[in-house]
Amino acid sequence: MNRHIKLGFFIFFVPVILWLFLLIVLPQIDLLLMSLKFENDAGKMVWSFANYSSFFTQKVYWLTFARTAIYAIIVTFLTFVVTFPMAFYITKVVNPKYKGFLTILILMPFWVSELVRVYGWMILLRESGVINYFLLKLGITHQPIEMLYNDASMIMGLVYTSMLFMLVPILSSLDGMDDSYIEAAHDLGASKFIIFMKIVIPYAAPGIVSGSIVVFMLTLGDYLTPNLMGGKNSLWFTEQIYNQFIESFNWNQGAAFGFLLLLISSLIIWIGLKISKQNLAKALS
Amino acid sequence: MNNVLEIKNLKKAFGDFKAVDGVSFNVEDGKFFSILGPSGCGKTTLLRMIAGFLKPTSGNLLINGKDMLGVSPNERPVNLVFQNLALFPMMDVGENVAFGLKRKNIPKNEIKERVSSMLQRVQLSGYERKKISQLSGGQKQRVAIARSLVLEPAILLLDEPLGALDLKLREQMKIELKKLQNEIGTTFIYITHDQSEALVMSDRVAVMNAGQFEQIDTPVNLYANPKTSFVAGFVGETNKFEAKKEDNTSVSTKDNISFKSIFIDKDITDNCHLFVRPEAIALMPKDDIEGMNYFNLKVKTILFDGSNTKILATINDGSREISVSLPQNREFAHIKEGEIVKAAVHKNDCKCYKIQL
Repeated sequence: MNRHIKLGFFIFFVPVILWLFLLIVLPQIDLLLMSLKFENDAGKMVWSFANYSSFFTQKVYWLTFARTAIYAIIVTFLTFVVTFPMAFYITKVVNPKYKGFLTILILMPFWVSELVRVYGWMILLRESGVINYFLLKLGITHQPIEMLYNDASMIMGLVYTSMLFMLVPILSSLDGMDDSYIEAAHDLGASKFIIFMKIVIPYAAPGIVSGSIVVFMLTLGDYLTPNLMGGKNSLWFTEQIYNQFIESFNWNQGAAFGFLLLLISSLIIWIGLKISKQNLAKALS
Repeated sequence: MNNVLEIKNLKKAFGDFKAVDGVSFNVEDGKFFSILGPSGCGKTTLLRMIAGFLKPTSGNLLINGKDMLGVSPNERPVNLVFQNLALFPMMDVGENVAFGLKRKNIPKNEIKERVSSMLQRVQLSGYERKKISQLSGGQKQRVAIARSLVLEPAILLLDEPLGALDLKLREQMKIELKKLQNEIGTTFIYITHDQSEALVMSDRVAVMNAGQFEQIDTPVNLYANPKTSFVAGFVGETNKFEAKKEDNTSVSTKDNISFKSIFIDKDITDNCHLFVRPEAIALMPKDDIEGMNYFNLKVKTILFDGSNTKILATINDGSREISVSLPQNREFAHIKEGEIVKAAVHKNDCKCYKIQL
């Protein structure tokens, strides 16, 4: 009996441990060690915080990071603004018959890889793209407009990419909400706006928080969309990391940037949770 | 007494289905008014029209003499206690009760005062900071009522709020609700399918069936003098027989037992329903009383239930089992299954109604 439990324990537990340790913990430790090494003037590798301090001393690095973080916050907020009415419509307004159908309709584009979706947007938006073709045909413009490679199109692309990760948790938290809460608030004299602010949003708060955390992290760590839709001047922090690893061959600096990204983004999420008075465990459960 | 609520020929149809089919009634200020009916009879639809969540198909609805059609729920002087209570789980007790007051832009310290005095009224003083999940069923009930009453509505609507409670608590809450209504003097309109709730608490009860009111009366009258077959069968326990009219003073049942009886519906010509309450049947009666129907009961089963003990028996050798209440003084505690007992019922307690579809 006891041996059976032990056997089962090993069968299920060992792969998990191996996976975590070999593929995640070990490389991370290696990267951490790497980030703490610095080539001194004599060309020797020494232990040093120089890789980290260069982030703070070189303006371009931390400005890029600040820009990335602020844009990621904006993207998270915009994603929330776009998806919340959708989630509310699907769960509370539309006939329950169509709930599943509408959810699938939203999920469907996400069965295609991010790369393909971004190329789809590029086909629509580029100078010789579909939208410009119609604008020219209809005589609205006489010169094709470059709609790619600016911050607005990059943000739009990022919002589109992240929508699903915001929608699903909000959908599930609103789904559990009894309609009678809305009716009760209405009965007690609340206007529609107050019901939304005081009842619906607080009720969905755990879903909003977990969606926001996922969207923020994904956006901050996204490489594809900023690079393809924002172009070379998108100045996304992941591009800095990429440059360090691939173009400068400075793995030590790249590793340090990677850890800084992890630490500072965790810090931002912690501050966000404190401000919204939410609990991480509750939001992710 | 002036009428706080006047309803005239109110109708609500969902497609072809007439949920509420021409209901008219008035409710006097300060009364406890119940609407009693089986599930699906349209009572919740009626309540939601009074609260303003549903728009009537036709008819008039006046509160304190003012037409309420087109007035949204948040602007009506009525509040609804929901069936599932709908207490906001993200707020504590105090915030729940204060929710409606805050919407009225009342100064903060006044809100605080009114919330605490309201909580005191429902015997929950000092519960402001408690979470909803920490409360028991009965406490939640009282918070829901406090949340509505604190707004001093002209009418408090209650949609089967005791339905989710267990029996003991329900009995207790019945009495508490009645007392609370007496103290506060707000008009209560209470919806229920439980006839005991309606009878115990109400000043007046409307019995509703298939979208229409069958009878509006005091609980005593409703029980003693039901006007229709439906009311006779729905309110209180009763024995229902299918019967045939013999002459103007008697009917015979399917077992060919003749009952001297009274006809409530005067236009009965042939088939009808005969109703006899279990407590109207007297065991071992005196002989030769004017107007009595005498018969023998063959005891089949004794259903012991304390003060509510009954026997199931057939009349003579008939097949139809009827229930008969045993007096509480244990006078007939000696009766055993299989015994034959003499019994009688007065003709005034044998009421005939025409058959209702």
